[in-house]
Amino acid sequence: MNMEEFRSRARDIVNDPTLTFHQRKHYLAWLAENALEYPSLSTAAAEALNKQIICDLFEGSAPYRGRYILPDYGKALRNGSAHLELDPPTDLDEALNFLLIMYTQVPSITGYPVYLGDFDKILAPYVTDDISDEELYRKLRLFYRALDRMLPDAFVHTDLGPHDSRVARTVLRIDRELLQVVPNITLKVDPEITPDDLLLEAVATVFETGKPHFVNHPLMVRDLGEDYAAVSCYNSLKIGGGSHTLNRLNLKEVALLHQGDIDSFVEETLPHYVELLAELIEARIRYLVEEAQFFEHDFLAVEGLIELDKFSAMYGVYGLAEAVDLLMEAAGKAGKYGHDEEANELSYRITRKIADLVAERPMPYCEGNNGRAFMHSQSGIDSDLEVTAGTRVPIGEEPEMFDHIRAVAPHHDLFQSGVSDIFHVEDTVRRNPTAMVDIIRGAFREGMRDFTFNLATNGFIRITGYLVRKCDVEQFDEMGARHGSTTFAAGSVKNSHVTERYVKRVLSRESSPRAPQ
Amino acid sequence: MKAAQGRLNDVIRFSAVDGPGNRFVVFLQGCNFDCIACHNPYTINECDSCGICVEPCPEMALYFDVHSRVVVDEDECTRCDICIQVCPSDSTPLSQMVRLDGLKKRIHEVSPFVSGITVSGGEPTLQSDFVASLFGSIKCDERLGRLTTFVDSNGHATRDVWDRLLPVMDGAMIDLKALDPDTHIAMTGQPNHLVLDTIRYLAEWDRLYEVRLLIVPGRNDAPDAVEKTARWLYDVDPSLRVKLIGFRQHGVRPQFADIPEASHEQLATLADVIRSVGIEDLVLV
Repeated sequence: MNMEEFRSRARDIVNDPTLTFHQRKHYLAWLAENALEYPSLSTAAAEALNKQIICDLFEGSAPYRGRYILPDYGKALRNGSAHLELDPPTDLDEALNFLLIMYTQVPSITGYPVYLGDFDKILAPYVTDDISDEELYRKLRLFYRALDRMLPDAFVHTDLGPHDSRVARTVLRIDRELLQVVPNITLKVDPEITPDDLLLEAVATVFETGKPHFVNHPLMVRDLGEDYAAVSCYNSLKIGGGSHTLNRLNLKEVALLHQGDIDSFVEETLPHYVELLAELIEARIRYLVEEAQFFEHDFLAVEGLIELDKFSAMYGVYGLAEAVDLLMEAAGKAGKYGHDEEANELSYRITRKIADLVAERPMPYCEGNNGRAFMHSQSGIDSDLEVTAGTRVPIGEEPEMFDHIRAVAPHHDLFQSGVSDIFHVEDTVRRNPTAMVDIIRGAFREGMRDFTFNLATNGFIRITGYLVRKCDVEQFDEMGARHGSTTFAAGSVKNSHVTERYVKRVLSRESSPRAPQ
Repeated sequence: MKAAQGRLNDVIRFSAVDGPGNRFVVFLQGCNFDCIACHNPYTINECDSCGICVEPCPEMALYFDVHSRVVVDEDECTRCDICIQVCPSDSTPLSQMVRLDGLKKRIHEVSPFVSGITVSGGEPTLQSDFVASLFGSIKCDERLGRLTTFVDSNGHATRDVWDRLLPVMDGAMIDLKALDPDTHIAMTGQPNHLVLDTIRYLAEWDRLYEVRLLIVPGRNDAPDAVEKTARWLYDVDPSLRVKLIGFRQHGVRPQFADIPEASHEQLATLADVIRSVGIEDLVLV
């Protein structure tokens, strides 16, 4: 970027009437970062990045904070913070006040905290029996409203469960009442622990707000240990750790470049590009840790609220559906991903191969996953065109729910840090929420890791794992949006086929990180 | 008596509208009512292999087998339903005999996702031996044993039919088209004494999951008739779950195209009438 172009783009951001002051500042910082040189890459990796076969999700040229950071809020509350000059809270009011202060100081790729803590667990010591249900409701309601107004980004996320609690119930109740975008919610579900009536309460909340997202707790614990959380959208990582970076491999592009049969794709072409993405991830991690020295100076690390050895990086893939269909077509076969047994088998072979390669590839500063990157099925960004997010079945082509679940479920085992398939269901289920509880429990019995559903008739659209209000998207062009993520969603809705969806299914996008152009 | 085969119309693997929770629904072919409001009239009769549908099939998926029976090539059929539209006998060439083990295999596939199975139709009690065999074998199956077994019936069955089902059936949804016998005959072609007896009998055995009242404007929607029906149901069981359903034209045969749909306001009014007699568990659809 030359100086003239830089000035012109900066001017566009400064003068963009659809951006708030904070959004302009965020994009100006992004622009400045991207005026710097990129971490050193081999010619092959640089070329693949340039052609967007591998993609850094426009995180920026000089990483100076981890993409997803999950502070150990429980520890912060227990110990207090010297940097923030806060003593350990002694009651619920102090705890909520402490957290609101701390949230403003937690970095992430979006500029807002992607993780607020598991509310039920971190608040448990302060929710004593002498606090009545009504009092708890009133205090949490004020806190909840502050979150939405102070942290206006849909990637701000809290987790609940798998145990039942007054806090979990109250949070769900407030979510239904306030109909806010923030915070996004994940409910951890353990078949042995999570009672049906908590699940019913959660399902009733989805009917109103599209939240929460559900995760298979035992599977997460197997891969990440007890102290994990789902953050931002569908990103499951270690508490006290996080992910340095999330980069992704465009499987559709790899398939388009491939010449030869399916075996040579899996054994030769694919491994070549898998390594190029690994190289990109390694270069970005090294810059963050060794050059920007984030872990040397950030107060979260200094005070032990995050630890480098709980971090890893996320190895993303997307465009699996197109890759499978292209390879099938080249082999003279008509079967499509999501519908055809052979196509599905090929898709499993591809993700298994990538998972094996990633598991063999040492990655620096990734002790959070034994020195390896986490596999991640990446949900897309607003500029993706004609390529399907992650390992999903293309929009509008989804088979009926049972076949859909069976087609995608085998991938879930491989993606420790998250995989997103969204199921849109008919409105009739409102009268029979137990049916959704059955399906969620069934999906987890069948080995799914993440489960999200939404109805066409509530006021929210789930874009990836994050939600926006339909009315905000509709008004965006004229008035701008208060939530950073609505900006992303407006692009996403325009570039995808939201209105053409089978039961109005919304395409998933993780984020739109670039400044508007 | 055991029956290893049943005449199947189709199955739905996930249904949220056929009983409690998510359910696998088996639609059997054949019904002993001929309801003016029937939404799936192609389930009423068995196919007589007249062959009228063979030629119109755009995929050439229908043909006569060596026994002069109309059969379908499943690989070619696209479920365009043209055969159903041209059928003069309220039937379908797509229904087929299904073996118990074949059906159970399909239930095994979905079993992690469902609360249970519902047998509907058509009229399932016409094949009560098959239904009893199916339910019995589900109850004895290690992996399927947790599933609940429900019947969705018009209630036109004798007590010995229910006696066969009761040991293996967890619940039934029964339609009551009208309490007045003449209205019932006009709407279904059959009297209602068996239906009323079924409701009483299943309530006695605590297997009556819900009674469904379909409101068809101009036929059975007079508030005093609805109130009478509600009183009768209240006397059977004051805690009975009643589902009030407004008539919709979807799927109804052309000769009944002039029947108006029930409005939301009308249903709300009738719901108040039903509640006024003391029935509390009322669901509006």
